[in-house]
Amino acid sequence: MTSTVTSASDIAAKSSGQNLRFYGLWVVAAIALVALPLIFSSGGSLTSFSLIGIAIIFALSYNILLGETGLLSFGHAVHYGLGGFAAVHVMNAVTAHGWLIPLPVIPLLGGLGGLALALLIGWVMTRRAGTVFAMISLGIGELVASSSLILRSVFGGESGISTDRTALPHIFGWTFGPQIQVYYLIAFWVLVSAIAMYALTRTPLGRICNAVRDNPGRVEFIGYDPHVVRYLAYCFAGFFAGIAGGLAAINFEIANSAYLGAVQSGMVLFATFIGGASYFFGPILGAILVTYLQLGLTSVTSVWQLYFGVIFIGIVMFAPGGIAGLLMMHRPLIRARTLGMVIPSYLVAALPTLALACGVILSIETVARYTVTGGEGNIVKLLGIPFNTTAPTTWAIAAVLVVGGFIVARITWRRIAEAWDRAAGIARDRGYLA
Amino acid sequence: MLELIVISTLNGVLFGMLLFLLSSGLTVIFSMMGVLNFAHASFYMLGAFFGYQLTKWIGFWPALVLAPLLVGAVGMAVERYGLRNTHKHGHVAELLLTFGLAFAIEEIVSMIWGKSPVDYRVPAALDFPAFTIFSTNYPAYKIFMLAISVLIFIALLIVLKRTRVGLIVEAALTHPHMVGHLGHNVGQVFMLVFGVGSALAGLAGVIAGPALVTQSDMAALLGPILFVVIVFGGLGSLPGAFIASLFIGLVQTFAVALNGSLASTFGPLDPSIGPSVLSDIWNVTIAQIAPVLPYVLLVVILIVRPMGLLGTRET
Repeated sequence: MTSTVTSASDIAAKSSGQNLRFYGLWVVAAIALVALPLIFSSGGSLTSFSLIGIAIIFALSYNILLGETGLLSFGHAVHYGLGGFAAVHVMNAVTAHGWLIPLPVIPLLGGLGGLALALLIGWVMTRRAGTVFAMISLGIGELVASSSLILRSVFGGESGISTDRTALPHIFGWTFGPQIQVYYLIAFWVLVSAIAMYALTRTPLGRICNAVRDNPGRVEFIGYDPHVVRYLAYCFAGFFAGIAGGLAAINFEIANSAYLGAVQSGMVLFATFIGGASYFFGPILGAILVTYLQLGLTSVTSVWQLYFGVIFIGIVMFAPGGIAGLLMMHRPLIRARTLGMVIPSYLVAALPTLALACGVILSIETVARYTVTGGEGNIVKLLGIPFNTTAPTTWAIAAVLVVGGFIVARITWRRIAEAWDRAAGIARDRGYLA
Repeated sequence: MLELIVISTLNGVLFGMLLFLLSSGLTVIFSMMGVLNFAHASFYMLGAFFGYQLTKWIGFWPALVLAPLLVGAVGMAVERYGLRNTHKHGHVAELLLTFGLAFAIEEIVSMIWGKSPVDYRVPAALDFPAFTIFSTNYPAYKIFMLAISVLIFIALLIVLKRTRVGLIVEAALTHPHMVGHLGHNVGQVFMLVFGVGSALAGLAGVIAGPALVTQSDMAALLGPILFVVIVFGGLGSLPGAFIASLFIGLVQTFAVALNGSLASTFGPLDPSIGPSVLSDIWNVTIAQIAPVLPYVLLVVILIVRPMGLLGTRET
């Protein structure tokens, strides 16, 4: 009996312990952001880190819509793009008029650009949620993207508008010419935006957003207008997307219509969903993975976008919680110390699943390079083994890997499910799984 | 001017009927299963490329029949093995699945047939001018396209309004559970409807391929317009989709044909103003804003009548 009674001091101790862990996490994140370029100091990795940082802010802003409010948008890049154009125009104006606005403030102005557009179009868009919102966001996205090609004086037509980030007033001797200084600027904004967006999820507004996502009818019943809540969430998402766009404009020193387009909107959806929309850190994982793959795969294969599509379909069908969801599934098992029961079945399943993956990759690459003739064009190198795409043996190997891998993998997947059920059952008995 | 009106009306009705071939399947699938099929335009593209490939192998006429059947089979497989398994995760997951599919299909098509347009030609039997109107030769192939779409439209109308299958489909649109309770296999009805919808999209692709450009971005170009059509007509309303298809087809065709701008009507702006937003808008021709028009219509209808022209539901 006594063990179930918790005193007030216990609760206070527990919450202060949680607070400590919580603040510790952000401090660790800040230290990691500062230390990263010291460990990986090559120019290429600095560029990658900068891109990943921008993608993180963008994906987190998208998750205010998708994860927090349940709004699936296919046109989120319009705010990113507007933020980028706002930043470029402000930077050019600052240079031309000699205003005293230093570069680190520019992303905030980009954010205001994204916010302005959200204020303008958000009211019509958020009238309804669900599929209708998805369709409208697609239409509005296309509208803004095609209008940008007509309004040449603002959007610079096909070539875009370029700027010079070093021409702005310097502070503390930082010129922002070298990539390392841009990296630290982006890292600073990543930290600030992430903290702000996390704080947003803790506010009453963030909570009511979750309620609107789960049950708009009841929200209306307790006296809130879901439309207003969705509108506010949309504006916040637009603001943070604008910050990401402003940072991108600083990083590339150009803003063009590709910033606004459907491809950009699709990528942020992929990043957020692959990472996992139901946890705050999910989009961060997704942004890191998608940007890394984007940079890494383009040099290896010409059909890298197809791999994105395949990964995305796989996640939607088999793990709708994304990577974060998969990871967090294991938390109750770790706490109940039953994780050991699942690990062996994972190891058994790993081999046929890898064979299946290799088969799929080999098939895709074989088809992609089949028509390439001459030279090394139709040689696929997989795990160091060269395959000739015109040889029938390659086709046979690919078919065996795909079909055989799938049949065997399905059996092992079923065993994972069984082992999982046993482990989860024990975890439930021990009270770690609701 | 009269010539322009007649030719543009013909072309506009043709484009509208093509849009209806696609939007009819999309809107029936949507109202029945609640799934907005993002990959619908991709099935249209698959139809065009299958048509191209089969025409090369066995000729146009067999391809006209086979390619839509193939696309229909692909659609049924997507419903059976993809959507039905995703259904338990909700409509957003289903929408995302079709979005991923649309992305993957575009990549697969450009991987196999390349990114540049393929040489998909009008069959020789139909490659002659049907009639000459105001010194313009109107191609017979376009009349053939129009005839096919009108035929399909009539067939669809008869099937939906006059047969037992149509009765079940219409009942499943509004009361899927009740239809299930009455002993019909709703899953099979869904699969069939999805297959027929995809096959219609495929047919539209086969006949539109030679007249328009058969290229791997044709789905991405047409997809958003399709969504505009079904939102504009009212979600889940077939008559609405028909009116919206014709309307948007005509609007786009007329806009492309017109070359006027504010500058040509009211004279050029004072050059001392220099380049600005105003001068951009002043100098843009109607033909240039044609791609934007459907989306402007979308915004207008959302403000004036959010449920669409003939829509009844607010979901």
